[in-house]
Amino acid sequence: MQRIGVFVCHCGSNIAATVDVSKVAEMALMEPGVVHAEDYQYMCSEAGQAKIQDAIHEKKLSGIVVCSCSPRMHEATFRKAAERAGLNPYMVEIANIREHCSWIHKDMEEATKKAVILMRAAVAKVNLNTPLKPGESRVTKRALIIGGGIAGIQTALDIADAGYEVDIVEKTPSIGGRMSQLDKTFPTLDCSACILTPKMVEASAHEKIKIYTYSEVEKVSGFVGDFTVDIRKKARSVDMDKCTGCGVCQEKCPSKKAPSEFNRGLNNRSAIYTPFAQAIPNVPVIDREACIKFKTGKCGICSKVCQAGAIDYEQKDEIITEKYGAIVVATGFDTINLDKYDEYAYSQSKDVITSLELERVMNAAGPTHGHLERLSDGKAPKEMVFIQCVGSRCSDDRGKPYCSKICCMYTAKHAMLIRDKYPDVNVTVFYIDVRTPGKNFDEFYRRAVEQYGVNYIKGQVGKVIPQPDGKLLVQGSDLLDNKQILKEADMVVLATAIEPNPDVRKIATMLTASIDTNNFLTEAHAKLRPVESPTAGIFLSGVCQGPKDIPETVAQAGAAAVKAIGLLAKDKLLTNPCTAHSDELLCNGCSTCENVCPYGAITYEDKEVNDHGIREVRRLAVVNSALCQGCGACTVACPSGAMDLQGFSNRQIIAEVDAICR
Amino acid sequence: MSEKKKQAELIEEISGVNPLKCMKCGKCSATCPSYNEMDIKPHQFVSYVINEDVESLVNSESLWKCLSCFACVERCPRDVKPGKLIDAARQMVVRQRGQAYLSPDEIPELLDPELPQQLLVSAFRRYRR
Amino acid sequence: MKYSYYPGCTLRTKAKDLDDYARASAKALGFELEEIEDWQCCGGVYPLGTDEIANKLSCVRALNAAKEKEQELVTVCSACHHVMKRVNDDMRNVEDIRTRANNYMELDEPYQGETEVLHFLEVLRDKVGFDELAKKVVNPLKGQKIGAYYGCLLLRPGKILAFDNPENPKIMEDFIRAIGAEPVIYPYRNECCGGYISLKEKDMAKGMCDKITESAEGFGADMLITACPLCMYNLNKSSKKEIPVVYFTELLAEALGVKEACAGAAGEDEKEVQA
Repeated sequence: MQRIGVFVCHCGSNIAATVDVSKVAEMALMEPGVVHAEDYQYMCSEAGQAKIQDAIHEKKLSGIVVCSCSPRMHEATFRKAAERAGLNPYMVEIANIREHCSWIHKDMEEATKKAVILMRAAVAKVNLNTPLKPGESRVTKRALIIGGGIAGIQTALDIADAGYEVDIVEKTPSIGGRMSQLDKTFPTLDCSACILTPKMVEASAHEKIKIYTYSEVEKVSGFVGDFTVDIRKKARSVDMDKCTGCGVCQEKCPSKKAPSEFNRGLNNRSAIYTPFAQAIPNVPVIDREACIKFKTGKCGICSKVCQAGAIDYEQKDEIITEKYGAIVVATGFDTINLDKYDEYAYSQSKDVITSLELERVMNAAGPTHGHLERLSDGKAPKEMVFIQCVGSRCSDDRGKPYCSKICCMYTAKHAMLIRDKYPDVNVTVFYIDVRTPGKNFDEFYRRAVEQYGVNYIKGQVGKVIPQPDGKLLVQGSDLLDNKQILKEADMVVLATAIEPNPDVRKIATMLTASIDTNNFLTEAHAKLRPVESPTAGIFLSGVCQGPKDIPETVAQAGAAAVKAIGLLAKDKLLTNPCTAHSDELLCNGCSTCENVCPYGAITYEDKEVNDHGIREVRRLAVVNSALCQGCGACTVACPSGAMDLQGFSNRQIIAEVDAICR
Repeated sequence: MSEKKKQAELIEEISGVNPLKCMKCGKCSATCPSYNEMDIKPHQFVSYVINEDVESLVNSESLWKCLSCFACVERCPRDVKPGKLIDAARQMVVRQRGQAYLSPDEIPELLDPELPQQLLVSAFRRYRR
Repeated sequence: MKYSYYPGCTLRTKAKDLDDYARASAKALGFELEEIEDWQCCGGVYPLGTDEIANKLSCVRALNAAKEKEQELVTVCSACHHVMKRVNDDMRNVEDIRTRANNYMELDEPYQGETEVLHFLEVLRDKVGFDELAKKVVNPLKGQKIGAYYGCLLLRPGKILAFDNPENPKIMEDFIRAIGAEPVIYPYRNECCGGYISLKEKDMAKGMCDKITESAEGFGADMLITACPLCMYNLNKSSKKEIPVVYFTELLAEALGVKEACAGAAGEDEKEVQA
């Protein structure tokens, strides 16, 4: 028989305002096995933990129930406290009477009744708990970064500088990401390339960093400290070792009609290409869809002009398999598709562009060589209109419910740069709210208004109306003047909402990392563990976790690196002992459990068993406890009842249900 | 409950709109083809309901200037759809006896030979019970 | 192929030609429009109030009649189409309206939105196919530059009407191409003509119609097509421009070579009505 202590937490007024905590403690004393019960204001405090430890010693407790907040919050805290008092930590169970009870109920009597029931279930379980001992697993001292933008590059540099090996896998032909497409950066207006390219060079030259560009993560297995990852190196059709990056192939390539991804489709590139001049690696790839040689079999000009003999039409995709201890997701973002916002005439007029496209227009290496001009006729604009919140803050099914965060600042930047370089161009910004929290941010926005005379109008635009003469009529609200205004413009720029890179869903599934309804990766705790995924060993860097600007991205990238380093610095990790195991005498080798296991932790072996005196060789399920995550899918699937989960045995769960239904 | 609050709640009930979802972006007023004819502007409908001033709303010119063209309904990013609010206010008026905006006596002088039935029917539906 | 057909009141009187040309074209294209018996007026506007039931019942009757014949329901008039599709959506998705309407109607089997409502243009696009239509054109309208005027009722609210992209539609442009003419895309094609406002506020309707016709002409349209008798009336009556406005079915009948046959019939009926 267990000797159980029940500890009921007030959590200040979080629980005590709705649940009669002393009543719960009082009722606990009537439960079988309970020899001690008390309530206290903050169980998680040092004094609260001391109460648990004292009771363990004085009452010789063999099991503990803490009625408090969610086990996600403090299970580890209380288990450690019990362990310090000499108790096996797995003899501690949490009854969640905060999130599951006090926070969601109003009536004290009802809530108290429910809290008592939850306490009873936990006591019933502890009565059947057995001490468990975690195993150990080794840590591969290498990190994988998925995504080679500024977030991925910064995380890689920080981990590598700490002395660990890092691999970056980047889908496109070069690292650099979105930041490489930007012209200038707020609030200091320094050139994006000038601050990014040194970091790209540093990453590529770092002896601890290996970069796989034009590559994608194909498969991930294993667990924290010991991931096995298949990486597909897509066929570049160019030998990375032989290519000197001279660029002659790109010049001579006769197929120049493929839209340039780097310039957002505003101009075209050749079929053999590097996305931009400072690309790293400076080795082109052949776009096989656009290449004449691949389409018709005739051409081969690039091969003929390549002095280094680097062109290789026969190259095939290659899959390599690597081991990693930690994985950092840094997959970044894209702007949303504007198909559902045709009232802004984006698809009808070439002179309606997104802000990211304007970055390319303003950039010296862009489609207009940095000259501000209309993309329809090349004429210099006189009136420019910016529309904010296009697809952001929308609770209909067209846009995104969140604020994209960066648009207010980059629009102020664009407006200022245009007024500075082209003082005769009038700039009008239609905004709903100007949101500029951040160091020197509001000052920056005010500078656009006060010093550069940018005309900010509070109100959204209803429609952009192309005119027969090529101008655009912008019909918008001026809410402060209570007017509907019609403004003629030469160019309209849409502050288009950002969304996580669409590939993130696939990657999150591979990593069993959770994502929210907007496809942003979920952090382990919104405030206290913002760069870790709830899945152990997976870390988050940059916009894949939520909208952020460059300074925030770099800060978060560093934080993700620190968390990854903290993991890589360990030689061994304790494994979760709550894993599945199969009863040899009950298992009939049917393979049902193997089919449902999401972690590939179950295999089958032919093994001799002694079944009540009968010795025979049977096909039996064997669980690899290092791979098992304790999800319990196999235990419910097993038709013979052979599969059971330590710490969550069928008997324990039935006992809990019985206690609730009593 | 005060009479004013009851009226505001009736508007919410008839329209099925939650005015608190509005973020005051003004896209409805930026969209409305009747904007210049309206005394209370589309983006203001919401605050009249929130402030329980349904009386001003039902006495407004706007009630009879809305075209039911659904442009604000289509473009509202917050699912507030001001056109539904104004239609609810109009309903409140025309459901009261003698409050119709259009009287059958007026019809003959408004007619012309090409005028389609659809016009009469829809005007009647919107302007009187 | 047979469809249930809901012409609506205006197509029986002032817009008789919209109806005649639709029927003749349907025949030429090999499908039949079987008029619903004893149909009643749709009401012209969709009642937005969530508590309105009585005004929706005439549509429910028509929808149920199509259901009983196991046919899809075709409309031509924009207003009828709008009201019919929205009431059908209510019957599918709004439990309160469905229950109350069915309680009132006492049908053998409750109506739950089973019928598919199709606009004549949707039949051309989704059932006949514009490519097939183009093949049947005997009299292509070569060289004509035609602006499609959609108005409000065919397109909005986009989610319920599910007719086309409400901000940048293309079904009528594709139709114009299929009959051999050249579509002119202009930004006011989905702006309101003034609708019922023209009964009392002629000036308001005029301002709106002027914007539409000016924009269409500015982009080079020689002619506008519409599916709505009210839009037709407003554009003809209120705009200072004199750009011709015709029903899309008239051009369809012309392209299919069946216009002459029914033009006479339309005239006859008109006389009868006047008599």
